[in-house]
Amino acid sequence: MFSIDVALKSLPLLLGASVWTIVYSLSSVAIGFCIGTLMCAAGLSQSPVLRGIAAFYVSFFRGVPLLVQLLLSYYCLPLIGINVPSSVAAVGTLALCTGAYIAEILRGGFLGIPAGLIEAARMVGLSRAQILTRIEVPMAVRFTLPSLVNETTMMVKASSLISVVGVLELTRLAQNIATSTFQPLEIYLTAGVIYFVINAAITFVGSLVERGFRAEKAA
Amino acid sequence: MTFNLAILTDNWPLLLDGMLLTIFIWVVGTAIGLAIGLAVAVLQLFTNRWLAAPLTFYVAVMRGTPFLIQLFVIYYGGPFFGLDLTPLVAGVGGLALYGGAYFSEIFRAGFLSVPPGQIEAARMMGISRLAIIRHVQLPQMLVIILPALANMTVLLSKETAVLSVITVNEMTSVVQSIGSTTFAFAETLLFLAVVYWAFLEIVTALARRLEKRVGRFTLRNQH
Repeated sequence: MFSIDVALKSLPLLLGASVWTIVYSLSSVAIGFCIGTLMCAAGLSQSPVLRGIAAFYVSFFRGVPLLVQLLLSYYCLPLIGINVPSSVAAVGTLALCTGAYIAEILRGGFLGIPAGLIEAARMVGLSRAQILTRIEVPMAVRFTLPSLVNETTMMVKASSLISVVGVLELTRLAQNIATSTFQPLEIYLTAGVIYFVINAAITFVGSLVERGFRAEKAA
Repeated sequence: MTFNLAILTDNWPLLLDGMLLTIFIWVVGTAIGLAIGLAVAVLQLFTNRWLAAPLTFYVAVMRGTPFLIQLFVIYYGGPFFGLDLTPLVAGVGGLALYGGAYFSEIFRAGFLSVPPGQIEAARMMGISRLAIIRHVQLPQMLVIILPALANMTVLLSKETAVLSVITVNEMTSVVQSIGSTTFAFAETLLFLAVVYWAFLEIVTALARRLEKRVGRFTLRNQH
């Protein structure tokens, strides 16, 4: 029998674990955004070496399944002498993975910035780094906001995979409860609903910010 | 860290089996997913809203929740509905349902991209609804949505790795079991990464070529 009772009883525990899901996925998006910005800038630079590094990075992290990346970092980092907690390794891997996607998203945004604007900024004496952080990144983010919000929701979903390398978050806890209560359907459906609500909230906030940008532009 | 490539040659038959199963899962899952996606898009756009509403819900749920959770619900929750599925069937079915939701959005956008005037004209000439879909809308929209379809197909090939979690014996699962018996994680996992990477690069390149070939139809139409 489908037991609402089991679902309700496990809800507080699952909600508690979903905080970790949010923390892991949002922090990996934040770190991934920095990596993605740098890699995007490298990809658009004059230097063939930097362009090569960026192309290799984007191709590898988009070409290998995230699960395989997670397994690689989980099993192989200790082999090369890097001993970090599995949660740190997992967030690092998520960040590297999403960074590759964000670099591709931002590329479109960077290319949409009028060249005259950059020239003007250089004329008034802004440094290369200032132009990047004060002009290019804010504009690229505005141009590509819907894609960036979408990538964030993808990362919330992708963070479920870090349960496989033993990091406690929503999916991992759901697995633990499901095996101890023998009610997998109720537990996994509840977990699914929580993921759905988190993503709906992120999409909602994203649309609010987008509306704010548009209002600002109109004013 | 020593690198022992003999692990790979020793276990070659196992690895090959895993690779073939991964490709099988990908091809079958994508094919069923495309069929689901097309059916959902057609039903959403051309029938009444009582049929469309549950389908919209299906698409939202599949796109809003992790693929891993969907697999768990189907595989571990299936017996509750009397569906005692083997891991492989649950996995391929899950992949098809997951991909189908994304494909349906692509097909929907494709149907909407065909100018409504053409459909009105076709209807005026007494062509049936299904014939309009088949002969007017599909040929034109397929050219437009091909890049998106190809992109999603490539993405699905990466999702096949997740099936290892519900004990499907595909490539990732084979590599993990070899790794845990020989402790040669670095060799096996790097091999796995390189195989996926090469596979994705090849499939992406093939998709680009197909897009280019089909692209001339759009050019001809525009001029």
